[in-house]
Amino acid sequence: MSLLNVSDLHASVITDDQTQPILKGLNLTVEAGEVHAIMGPNGSGKSTLANVVSGRPGYQVDNGAATLEGSPLLELEPYERAQLGVFLAFQYPVEIPGVSNMEFLKASIDSLARARGEEQPNTAQFMRQVRELASSLDLDPAFLKRGVNEGFSGGEKKRNEIMQLLLLDPKLAVLDETDSGLDIDALKVVAEGVNRYRSASNGVVLITHYQRLLDYIVPDFVHVLSNGQIIESGDKSLALELEAKGYAWLT
Amino acid sequence: MTKSSVDQLVEAGTEYHAGFVTDVESETLPPGLDESVVKYISARKGEPEWLTQWRLQAYAQWQQMREPKWAHVHYPPIDFQSISYYSAPKSQVDGPRSLEEVDPELLRTYEKLGIPLHEQAALAGVVPDPAAVGTPAGANVAVDVVFDSVSIATTFKETLAEAGVIFCPISEAVHSHPALVQKYLGSVIPQRDNYYAALNSAVFSDGSFVYIPKGVRCPMELSTYFRINERNTGQFERTLIIADEGSHVSYLEGCTAPMRDENQLHAAVVELVALGDAEIKYSTVQNWYPGDENGKGGIYNFVTKRGVCAGPRAKISWTQVETGSAITWKYPSVVLRGDDSVGEFYSVALTNNRQQADTGTKMIHMGKNTKSTIVSKGISAGGSENCYRGLVRISPTAQNARNFTQCDSLLIGDQCGAHTFPYIENKNNSATIEHEASTSKVSDDQLFACQQRGIETEQAVSMIVNGFCKEVFRELPMEFAVEAGKLLEVSLEGAVG
Repeated sequence: MSLLNVSDLHASVITDDQTQPILKGLNLTVEAGEVHAIMGPNGSGKSTLANVVSGRPGYQVDNGAATLEGSPLLELEPYERAQLGVFLAFQYPVEIPGVSNMEFLKASIDSLARARGEEQPNTAQFMRQVRELASSLDLDPAFLKRGVNEGFSGGEKKRNEIMQLLLLDPKLAVLDETDSGLDIDALKVVAEGVNRYRSASNGVVLITHYQRLLDYIVPDFVHVLSNGQIIESGDKSLALELEAKGYAWLT
Repeated sequence: MTKSSVDQLVEAGTEYHAGFVTDVESETLPPGLDESVVKYISARKGEPEWLTQWRLQAYAQWQQMREPKWAHVHYPPIDFQSISYYSAPKSQVDGPRSLEEVDPELLRTYEKLGIPLHEQAALAGVVPDPAAVGTPAGANVAVDVVFDSVSIATTFKETLAEAGVIFCPISEAVHSHPALVQKYLGSVIPQRDNYYAALNSAVFSDGSFVYIPKGVRCPMELSTYFRINERNTGQFERTLIIADEGSHVSYLEGCTAPMRDENQLHAAVVELVALGDAEIKYSTVQNWYPGDENGKGGIYNFVTKRGVCAGPRAKISWTQVETGSAITWKYPSVVLRGDDSVGEFYSVALTNNRQQADTGTKMIHMGKNTKSTIVSKGISAGGSENCYRGLVRISPTAQNARNFTQCDSLLIGDQCGAHTFPYIENKNNSATIEHEASTSKVSDDQLFACQQRGIETEQAVSMIVNGFCKEVFRELPMEFAVEAGKLLEVSLEGAVG
């Protein structure tokens, strides 16, 4: 059974007075242990894919299916998908004033443990683990007491997402342009984090605009998304080719 | 894991858990109000002549006054003749009593509410942590309970007496400490202060009286618990707290009522007097029945609360968490008369469904170098209306006065309203006055960010709202801060579809 299976997915974005089709029959299969990079021009549907799989409000599924280890995802509440093991690293992490990072992470890990019928982790051990993780990602542990992403720089917000990825250890990680807006040092920290997360039992969908991230996170597959469909798939050399030629030759 | 009363509220699920009715025999006056009712109440309590006259004077003034209409709340006219102005459980009729004599039915009521009366248990079923044994008596809380019109029991009286602290029903203080009562009753809130204060002055039934002697730090938290039980009764309690020079007291107030289809009136008066270098911290967790989701029933909470910093360096701090009542109309205020005195107001007001709240504070600066801080957090959900109304007045005599006001509103959904009416009257050009205000919504993005990490919707909303209220909650005594958080959670249930 595949880790993630997306078949013939049609989805629209809902705006104030209308719906606009974005995904138009997308197919994607990710096996455990694989990293898939999704590239493509602006407006091709990359973020829509991430949002529809994770259940963000504002989208409508018109047709098709998505399953995680065989369990249908698209009918589930967002938190149920998260509890099954879907993780979205946000392109624009949101601030939650007054809710400390530590409190947020504890609520998250407790919810996930509860859903799996496991014991909630010991608070003291948990806090130690989080502090160590933060340091390993060059995040000042003092940030853990501050509000979620409150006053964080762009790079800090992204590293915070990666810290959550490592802490929650989901089955499937979808990274939505996590590299955007990062300088090269931050990019390396983020890439190292993702490489640490990678294992034979989980999978990564890496949405990116630029090939440069793929120098640090080497994908098993590269797909080109255009006008709501995957129009080309290949190995990492496809990314280099795109870098050299642009997308125009494919469309 | 300790257990607080609101935890118990939470366990019961979505409904207003305090909404049960206690089946005790009551002696209740027939509805209606005239001079004879005022005299009856006074006679019932065996009051001295001066107090009877004081009530009658208030009643005469009340008759001349009109209901205030300026608040941003809407309700049908109140028929003051359809309310009963006195109700007491029958078993309590025969005067003062010890805990052993309290009707077990009443004790069970308070047990259900999680308010233990037995002296070995601290407030709200929080059994003192074994690790805390040996710490000062501050771990305990003395409780006075007011059931409908009368005070049922006051705990820890003896421990308090050793420290010289007086904590008893005000009806008892009238007899045991007449000089103090006569000196201070109405000294902060005169009989004719406003319509509801005048009504209260005429018919007030019971309430708590506190006196902290000079230089004494009250050895424990004091708490009063108010409960309306009878149908068609109003509750008009009156609280008077006097902190003599250099003393310190922290006081908590909690309230609940059964679920009734009709509206019930609660018009309380709370007066605080802090003499020089004294400090009073007054915290309220108000959870009166808010009515059902269509706005039927619920308490009209029309309350006058004011403190005076009568001497230099006195400090009065109001902290309130208001989640109940159909209508809240309440402005805990501080008159900063003493030089260098300090007034604080920290408020969380949450409205859901059809609730209406018009609440805020008044900081009246008269002394030199007086300082006030106002932090107000209004949360509106459902089809509710939530309004902050605050006055900062700097008198000509208040040289170098400072005020800081921060007033934030949080909206949940798009059917509710938030309003801010700040009034600033400055008559001294040495004053520093700062005002910050914000309005925000619990955004879909914030909710989704929580849900995407596995956190269920209601927990996510409550976490976001609690974060919003953090600055106020940290002003509450610790057990209450936890309760307040849980109370918000209960009150918000169903706020997000």
